[in-house]
Amino acid sequence: MSLAPAIRARGVVKRFGQTEVLTGIDLDAPRGEVTCLLGPSGSGKSTLLRCIALLEEATDGLIEIDGEPLGFALGPNGERMRLPAASIRQVRSKIGMVFQQFNLWPHMTALGNVSEALVTVRGMSRKDAEAKAMAELDKVGLAKRAGHYPSELSGGQQQRVAIARALALEPKIMLFDEPTSSLDPELTGEVLNVMRSLAGTGMTMLVVTHEIGFAASVGSKIVFLDHGKILVEGTPDTVFGKPRHPRIDQFLDTYLDRGAAGLL
Amino acid sequence: MTSLLGYVTGPDGLNILSGLINTIILWLVGSAFGAVIGFLIAVARRYGPRPLDLLLLGYVEVIRGTPFLVQAYLLYFGGPYLCAGFGETSVCLTLDPFAAGLLGLSIYGSAYYSELFRTGFDAIPRGHIEAATTVGLDRLQTLRRIILPEMTMLVLPSMVNMTILMLKETAVLSIISVKELKFQVDIIGNRDYAFVESFTILALVYWALVEICGALGRAAEARLSRYRFAHS
Repeated sequence: MSLAPAIRARGVVKRFGQTEVLTGIDLDAPRGEVTCLLGPSGSGKSTLLRCIALLEEATDGLIEIDGEPLGFALGPNGERMRLPAASIRQVRSKIGMVFQQFNLWPHMTALGNVSEALVTVRGMSRKDAEAKAMAELDKVGLAKRAGHYPSELSGGQQQRVAIARALALEPKIMLFDEPTSSLDPELTGEVLNVMRSLAGTGMTMLVVTHEIGFAASVGSKIVFLDHGKILVEGTPDTVFGKPRHPRIDQFLDTYLDRGAAGLL
Repeated sequence: MTSLLGYVTGPDGLNILSGLINTIILWLVGSAFGAVIGFLIAVARRYGPRPLDLLLLGYVEVIRGTPFLVQAYLLYFGGPYLCAGFGETSVCLTLDPFAAGLLGLSIYGSAYYSELFRTGFDAIPRGHIEAATTVGLDRLQTLRRIILPEMTMLVLPSMVNMTILMLKETAVLSIISVKELKFQVDIIGNRDYAFVESFTILALVYWALVEICGALGRAAEARLSRYRFAHS
């Protein structure tokens, strides 16, 4: 028996008022692999990720995490019904999320940020939680910065703390929403390195990114969105190799114009 | 004619001291009640149902829209006509001056404090709350662990400002015969026709209290400054 994909989305629609941002997305993210969501701004890739993190409620469609329905399921008469809060909490605990803006809590140190949910949500003792948080910070190379507040850390360090914060809860799937878009190239590198080594441990990752080079080298599956639907999906070779979809050609051109030819 | 120092050290000194103590109690307790009620109003308006939001908006608008002087008068003199019946007995809002003054200050402060907290809520980046959601904090945990501390540092300077205003509003309570500092100073002024001396004492005392409050506020801000929002 083959296991269900880590993430399975079927017919996901998201409307904001009259605007349809996602127009019926079917997506499978395989276990233990890195799936990269690419596409121009406004293509709906971040919205899709936020629906999978349940930060947005999809207007229609169903999402399964690790074979379990997320937020909504089909009722006995085939109608889409909302699941109880306990089920949402339980499925959500399988997901870790990393944001473009890091979103560290400014009144807590790096250690406090990472240990917070271990104490508040998981009910660990402060001592155990801090030991675990310290180990997570060590994995992202920031054990020495544990006592620093976010305002005392660089953007790259903040994002690595944010990754440690998500990993401390031992999620099965990590979602990344443009994790390096607020960083300069040097800091981008240190965050991508952490993500690369995380991928090496067999973590299932779904990454919204503009880092084509990262997607091509680390991603095992590329999903290209445009205007709220999936335009092309496949391995990096089939998506980026020739013959290419003309829309992807056009998209890549903007990167080559910026001197990133060597990355591809 | 008695000198400035003469009033403070003379037989009036004890009255001035008791007025000062009452002023400080009214100020601190009124501010604390005002802040707590204001916080509850802000929370209710944010998380409660829409009709409650509108009702509380009306409360805030009425309190902010009328002078504290008028509110104190209406509460003290109008309170006894505000009665609620419980079966055979009926209870009216008849309060002694001090209780009426404290209640009035708390109500007055709550409207302003609630607006401070409301803007504080709005100023917290949505992503900080989303991050709490994704690691599994529930609403109450997010409020207690993330929103409250972040809001505290955001609204602290305005809180100090408002609390300074609360001190000076206590002077109004002398008109409903609350025996606070202004009330005691009025007695001296009227008795000796020494308004300049007595009101100079009044001004200096208020100023001293404001300076203490301001210094405490600055110390708290300095302590919290390392929590300032991080930038990439």
